[in-house]
Amino acid sequence: MKFKLTFWRVVFIVIMGLGLYSTFIRFFYGLGTVSNMTDQFPWGLWIGFDLLCGVMLAAGGFCIVGAVHLFNVERLHSVVRPAVLTAFLGYVLFIVGLMFDLGRPWYIWHQLIYMNPHSVMFEVGICVMSYTTVLFFEFLPNVFERFNLKTPIEWIKKIYPVLIILGILLSTLHQSSLGSLYLIMPSKLHPFWYTPALPFLFFGSAIAVGLAMTIFESTQSAKAFGRHLELPVLVELGGALLVALWVNALLRFEDYFHRGMLGQIIKPSYEAYFLWLELALAFVIPITMLSFKKVRLSPNGLYLASVCTVLGFITNRLNVSLIGFETYVGHHYMPKWTEFSVTLMIIAAGFALFGLAVKYLPIFPEVRVPVKERFRTELAVAATPVLGHAGD
Amino acid sequence: MSKALLYDATICIGCKQCESACAHQNKLPYDDKVAAESVQSEHKYTVVLTKDDKFMRRLCMNCDHPACASVCPVGAMHKTKEGPVVYDVWKCIGCRYCMVACAFSQPKYEWNSLNPRVRKCIMCPDRIAAGKQTACAEICPTGATKFGERDDLIKEAQDRIRQNPSTYLPRIYGLNEVGGTSVLILCSMKVEEYGYPVSAKIGDTPMPEYTGRVMERIPDFIPVWTLVLGGIYWVSHRREEVAAAEAEEKNGSKQ
Repeated sequence: MKFKLTFWRVVFIVIMGLGLYSTFIRFFYGLGTVSNMTDQFPWGLWIGFDLLCGVMLAAGGFCIVGAVHLFNVERLHSVVRPAVLTAFLGYVLFIVGLMFDLGRPWYIWHQLIYMNPHSVMFEVGICVMSYTTVLFFEFLPNVFERFNLKTPIEWIKKIYPVLIILGILLSTLHQSSLGSLYLIMPSKLHPFWYTPALPFLFFGSAIAVGLAMTIFESTQSAKAFGRHLELPVLVELGGALLVALWVNALLRFEDYFHRGMLGQIIKPSYEAYFLWLELALAFVIPITMLSFKKVRLSPNGLYLASVCTVLGFITNRLNVSLIGFETYVGHHYMPKWTEFSVTLMIIAAGFALFGLAVKYLPIFPEVRVPVKERFRTELAVAATPVLGHAGD
Repeated sequence: MSKALLYDATICIGCKQCESACAHQNKLPYDDKVAAESVQSEHKYTVVLTKDDKFMRRLCMNCDHPACASVCPVGAMHKTKEGPVVYDVWKCIGCRYCMVACAFSQPKYEWNSLNPRVRKCIMCPDRIAAGKQTACAEICPTGATKFGERDDLIKEAQDRIRQNPSTYLPRIYGLNEVGGTSVLILCSMKVEEYGYPVSAKIGDTPMPEYTGRVMERIPDFIPVWTLVLGGIYWVSHRREEVAAAEAEEKNGSKQ
């Protein structure tokens, strides 16, 4: 296959190059050189974005698997595989990201022998390890099908109900526990974001973002891989997203109401600006948009509303993990460019791996073609090779 | 019985001998440059701060219910029965949750090391085990830092306040804060002026309880949620089976 230098490929190569440079700095000069983290700000972008947002963005896996296999909503069947693939890649890459952030990543296996059941971090660690294993098994049938291995598919089918229930159980636990991580910092985290309801809010937002991400990636894949866009599926997801957003919004309102914060959140302040941005992106704009039937039935409308939701909840998690600590610490934290570049490298790798998987595995069943033909079509559509998808 | 340190800021003369003794005890470099540093760091576990000619020491409070120990995923920190909160470096994976969780922001990190450790005052556990005082208490020329049984030190602190009510603020910082600490502070100026967290803000509740309330529900949550999920699965798939069976029956009766 001839290698053509497209715009996105250049971007991809630049991101990878800078990321590898930062990786070198991280492992040969240490965390102090590669990041702007300090004793006052021991958790930076890599925890705030890679961990908190990464796990949230991969929530589509358990949401869709739950809808289709637990509640038997057959109509959504076509998005199960891409959702599971996104989740599996998301978790694997998140674990890779963790290797950058941990001071002594080579001891990560200590989690399995020196267990501290009182630690939320321990629970998150165990759940993430187990859930990644579950996702691996949920993903395996793609590989077996690709090579026409019938027997192992039968095995997986037999344990599938267990995998589904285990996957949802583990997701419930660690999605909410990411919020519980912050429960121990009542005096440090700003009251806009510190609330005993954190685990519930984190779980709720994971579901909303899981649905929004599925809409986003279905639309994106349709564009990138020239697939037919399944509008009925998106419309269904859009409706569910609207409900999820309302539930989240009510939870937030209840929380502020019960803590008597409503008067404070409308007063302008540094934190309030970030809170408003978060609330506007996560609730006001997408809920308003999705309330119009016209938007709910249009691919572009659904796409924009989901992007908005995702950005809103990313803002939320960055507020919880970074902005919410600035008043306590007394100064701002701005990630160093090397921190950004590691995060970008991981995201770019995710896009590329997704593209590769779609290309070689039966992720989108309706475009499945016999291998020989597949190869021929590949040559024909050489203009859309793997790296070309890294971001378009 | 639990040991503790009583630091009386009103008799501290700011000689910084505790800083140097601490550095010596922990095999850390100490010279004029380090002495001039007014922040704690991975090479300076304790610091004597000066404000309006009054002094204040900062060091790890060695809490009775340490947040750092409760949050550590690998249990690298623990409270010993003698009082010190100690750190087992060989367990540490470097997640730095202890640093984020500590209400006093005491754990510091070796940011520039390739095999970084968490660093903080660990209240000289080896010396205490050998029946000695902590290095800082032993060297203190005025007795501003005093080592002893926690209960005795509390009584002594209360006596000092009673005898000189005009000198002291009427409270012992660390007596009840976050459920009590092994470092007790007496002073004439508010400790908050020196960067200590406001007592009203950190409260008297032991920090581990904040996450403990959630964590203790998990063992119950797992079986209940599994049953609920299994139930939903069974119901939604049962419906399908029934529908299939009914369809078959219909077909059968037609034939």
